[in-house]
Amino acid sequence: MRHLLSTRGITRDQAVQILDVAEDMADVATREVPRLPVLRGKTVVNLFYEDSTRTRISFEAAAKRLSADVINFSAKGSSVSKGESLKDTAQTLAAMGADAVIIRHQSSGAPEVLARSGWIDAGIVNAGDGTHEHPTQALLDAFTIRRRIHGQAARGKGLEGCRVTIVGDILHSRVARSNVWLLTCLGAQVSLVAPATLMPLAIGEWPVEVDYDLDHALSAGPDVVMMLRIQAERMHDAFFPNAREYSRQWGLDDERLARLPESSMVMHPGPMNRGLEISAGAADSPRSTVREQVANGVSVRMAVLYLLLAGAMEEAA
Amino acid sequence: MSRRILITGAVLADGTPTDILVSDGIVAELGTGLSDAEALAIDGAGLIALPGLVDLHTHLREPGFEHSETVLTGSRAAAAGGFTAVHAMANTSPVADTAGVVEQVQALGEDAGYVTVRPVGAVTIGLAGGQLAEIGAMAQSRAKVRVFSDDGKCVSDAVLMRRALEYVTTFDGVVAQHAQEPRLTEDAQMNEGALSSELGLEGWPAVAEEAIIARDVLLAEHVGARLHVCHVSTAGSVDVVRWAKARGIRVTAEVTPHHLLLTEDLARSYDARFKVNPPLRNQADVEALRAGLADGTIDIIATDHAPHPVEDKDCAWADAAFGMVGLESALSVVQSALIESGILGWADVARVLSRVPAEIGRVAGYDRGIAQGAPANITLVDPAARREFARGDLRGRSANSPYLGMTLPGRVVATIHRGYPTVLDGELRSVQQVAISKGKEGNESRG
Repeated sequence: MRHLLSTRGITRDQAVQILDVAEDMADVATREVPRLPVLRGKTVVNLFYEDSTRTRISFEAAAKRLSADVINFSAKGSSVSKGESLKDTAQTLAAMGADAVIIRHQSSGAPEVLARSGWIDAGIVNAGDGTHEHPTQALLDAFTIRRRIHGQAARGKGLEGCRVTIVGDILHSRVARSNVWLLTCLGAQVSLVAPATLMPLAIGEWPVEVDYDLDHALSAGPDVVMMLRIQAERMHDAFFPNAREYSRQWGLDDERLARLPESSMVMHPGPMNRGLEISAGAADSPRSTVREQVANGVSVRMAVLYLLLAGAMEEAA
Repeated sequence: MSRRILITGAVLADGTPTDILVSDGIVAELGTGLSDAEALAIDGAGLIALPGLVDLHTHLREPGFEHSETVLTGSRAAAAGGFTAVHAMANTSPVADTAGVVEQVQALGEDAGYVTVRPVGAVTIGLAGGQLAEIGAMAQSRAKVRVFSDDGKCVSDAVLMRRALEYVTTFDGVVAQHAQEPRLTEDAQMNEGALSSELGLEGWPAVAEEAIIARDVLLAEHVGARLHVCHVSTAGSVDVVRWAKARGIRVTAEVTPHHLLLTEDLARSYDARFKVNPPLRNQADVEALRAGLADGTIDIIATDHAPHPVEDKDCAWADAAFGMVGLESALSVVQSALIESGILGWADVARVLSRVPAEIGRVAGYDRGIAQGAPANITLVDPAARREFARGDLRGRSANSPYLGMTLPGRVVATIHRGYPTVLDGELRSVQQVAISKGKEGNESRG
């Protein structure tokens, strides 16, 4: 694996391999010293053009557990805020000898541009680009689902037969896009629920079911309900009338939670808007995987960095 | 340099074999077996002699954006592409919204001498869409502006558009509308559809173009004015224009070479060379545009040559500027998209790239094509040539071409502007050579 830019086009074998390596990495976390020496001497740069403390520290923890050196580069208060271009920043990082660059960027496709440009030779990991993709989030979601279903016997398995319902602002969600491609590739059936205004155009061409009615979607008893963060400001662009109406129609409240089967998982990529897209009761219920998702995020990102930076050595051997 | 040029053994756009004797800036004689020992001889064997190409839509960037292009560098790019006249769009800095600016642009064009530069005047002051610019002053200036456009921006206010259509009628002008409903295209990055949804790029919906064209043709009908629609890009727009023409509305429409050849799929790479406004659409749109040209719904091809410096394209897609250069590649792209597919013949090319754009822009001397006594604006093209389009083929200041690395047919062998060569043997004449030739012809016409 040279880069991880998207889950679109990923093969089932590749996806299962990443998840299996992540299982190994999760085992490391249970050791007395949760650290592997495999990336010693490697330099990993967190290049974050958007604020995202959660994702950044997750990658940072992953890199450190693999003994890599980590440099955090935040656009705010840096040369970027003085007008430095992506190209110049990339060339600066290349000159410093970065082996991998984890990039979070507000523009869709920025990681792709970085990987293709020739400005820098490092492996590129997309940590969220605009409204395009967030592949490590989807990988950690798939990992979390697979573990809940298969437990210790998860290795080698996909998500065949698993029914996942993703609810919320699909249009602006890179998490939704990455999950649609990855989960369907792993064999899951994905349905999307949102008002028509927040559904991407030509959604009919995606390998998903589309439903506008959350109650209808929940009545099918999905194995996973994934709630997406909704930005209340969207109402100013007339995507929906106001937060109350959104919450009533598409929020996972206690009453809807109670109608779900006992085995259903409730997921959220965070940060949550409690009381808007998800009630406190749903967020804190035993069905909620929110905290597992955070822990699994580190394991999955360790796997990605390992495959990116140590994988080449394996291939050479 | 001799004031006479003899082209032997060429074929006119309609297929007639002929020699062409150019003398004192005009086509002196046509026919076979012509001879003139003193004339500059051009072997036209295997070449097609087209009337000089006229571009109704060019961004020369001067004044204000000379790091992208100047009137001189853009004129050279135009000549290299076989053009003898271009219309310089008004979105310069300062905007071409006064007689002073349009006269300056025209004078720079005359100084360069490679092509006839016809300035386009802004419809509204500063392209701001608020108040009409001094259209009368520009029309009556030495530049004699006849085309008015806020191109780059849409005249979206319906009342202002109505008034502009009416007012330019006073001066036999035309409003060239950049049809883009602004609210529907806020932050728009590429064609809206399945691909924009997947790539997470903000969509530029077809309806934002079609709704403005529909409104404008009805306004033009209502006030009895003529309207020109810039860079039509969607199948729906072709339908609207076709309907308007059937109704007798005086509307003309243009399409760019890139919308006739390229599709939105190129955005998948996030390579900003393919970012353009209006955006590249899908294959069905490309086919509808070609059909629209074939049946006359679309009147002309115009390049929308839009130079940008490297740093404005070497970045994330959303951060990049819209636009691609197109003067040098236009004829080759037209040959590839239309001639080779049998949709147009060379006589049609002469119509859509010379006679009709000149007619819309009120540029004199192109109404009869290559004819005895007509001004000698001639483009000799070798249709049998094929080449990988490369950086060296770009002769302007900017290199933001979507065709680099593509193999394209045809090559401009010679361009003759007002009776003197600007391109010979496929090479641009130097600034000094053109200045000398131009001076001689200039003396001639004054004498």
